[in-house]
Amino acid sequence: MDDSERPVLAVRNINKQYGQGCVNCRGAKGEGLLKNYCPVCGTVYACRDISFEVYAGEILGIVGESGSGKSTMMECLYFDQEVSSGEAYIASYKGGETNVFEESSQQKRYIRNHLMGKVYQNPLMSLKMNFSSIGNIAEKLISAGNRNVGQMKVRGEELLEHVNIPVYRMKEAPKNFSGGMQQRVQIAKALSNNPPLLLLDEVTTGLDLSVQASVLDLIKSIQRQLKISMIIVSHDLGVIRMLADRTLVMLDGQVIEQGLTDQILEDPQHGYTQKLVQSLL
Amino acid sequence: MEEILVVQDLTKSFIIHNLAKHIEALHDISLNLKGGEFVGITGKSGSGKSTVFKCIYRTYVPQNGQIWYNSQKYGFVNLAELSERQMIYLRKHEIGYVSQFLNIMPRTTARELVKQAVLEMGSGEDYANMEAQRMLEHFELDKELWDCYPGTFSGGEKLRLNIARAMVKRPRLLLLDEPTASLDHASKIKVRELIEQLKREGTTMMGIFHDLEFMENLCTRVYTMSNGILHDLQI
Repeated sequence: MDDSERPVLAVRNINKQYGQGCVNCRGAKGEGLLKNYCPVCGTVYACRDISFEVYAGEILGIVGESGSGKSTMMECLYFDQEVSSGEAYIASYKGGETNVFEESSQQKRYIRNHLMGKVYQNPLMSLKMNFSSIGNIAEKLISAGNRNVGQMKVRGEELLEHVNIPVYRMKEAPKNFSGGMQQRVQIAKALSNNPPLLLLDEVTTGLDLSVQASVLDLIKSIQRQLKISMIIVSHDLGVIRMLADRTLVMLDGQVIEQGLTDQILEDPQHGYTQKLVQSLL
Repeated sequence: MEEILVVQDLTKSFIIHNLAKHIEALHDISLNLKGGEFVGITGKSGSGKSTVFKCIYRTYVPQNGQIWYNSQKYGFVNLAELSERQMIYLRKHEIGYVSQFLNIMPRTTARELVKQAVLEMGSGEDYANMEAQRMLEHFELDKELWDCYPGTFSGGEKLRLNIARAMVKRPRLLLLDEPTASLDHASKIKVRELIEQLKREGTTMMGIFHDLEFMENLCTRVYTMSNGILHDLQI
């Protein structure tokens, strides 16, 4: 517990805006706007002053309606998009004292390949559909500096076995796989370099219930075995209830509420969160 | 004995925005618990008994008041304002909570459920297995059920499992929310035996009971609640 006091990831005041802003909205980072866009110039403030921490071995859930900025925030963290302003510190990178958003592209690539893994809602985002599954994993291993084909093969097999892809299908391309299997290959790829942090963006959305269950069970068992930290974005409260220790609720690009997951679900404070919890079937 | 829990002027109300309602649940609750004590709370349903427990366990956020808990790790801390991170630690290691209903984790067997509670505390796999087995045996849960999903269990079986899961951690403070409500007589006696055993071991406990006469000899003190107000009741 003592060594885990320092957060694996600390995020400070991330802002992301699309557009230049105008006299009406600029400067205040969209503060005072009713929604997250400016009605005068159309600038969208997708993330507004988001701050949070993720500790070792912890699962942080993020819920919110579509367009609330959840995915944008995750993309910023994985350097898929550039933040407009803000800071993020990763404990295992330079002692957690360097703002990773200000690092060079090479360093960002290093962080992406070694210190993070990301699983997207759409497997197309991270997998090459025409490559073999094991080749997809090798890709991430190569970008992390591995050059030994034998070792990569062993590691790839180990990972795919871990996510329950049968050995005889490892050389098959993900395009032949079902949605759930593609998702599992993505998870194997994300885990390939033993990252301390895994980002999961709507991983179960669009899968049927039994497949959802198998993917969720896999995530849970990985978390228990490897004790890695995770950020799980979902609009499915069931997923959050099952997996997350703590939960953030986002609305219009802002974090409106955060707390222990059972507290968010049983005693929501904000009007939107109450509406969200009441919508639970 | 020194104090384990001191609750001062605890007030809780629920504000339901879309119905524009404001429900007062607790008014200025104050109580204290010394180490090794077993305090019972009784009262009509809706009087706020469970709300007190949930405030202590941080499932509910209190509006006002302090909940001072004497933690082994952090010393005296105010549970109403403690960081989420520390609260998670206390839940895993020091404060146990037995709810009225079993919170079922999907696709997790009874044995796994109890085992996970031990593993959360950082114990090894073998020890966790042993403890889980010991606890399930103690509550005489049918051996056939150990590796089944609790979703199909009867009410009494679920409850026994729920208590086993909380007690296996040997918490410093145990909150029991009607642990005997839906049990038959034999199981009730089992629960009482276990409470007696925990009491001998020095666990501080608070329990909500309807059938108070059953617990009478166990409780060091009894409070009653009505309409969100706590009354002292000496026996």
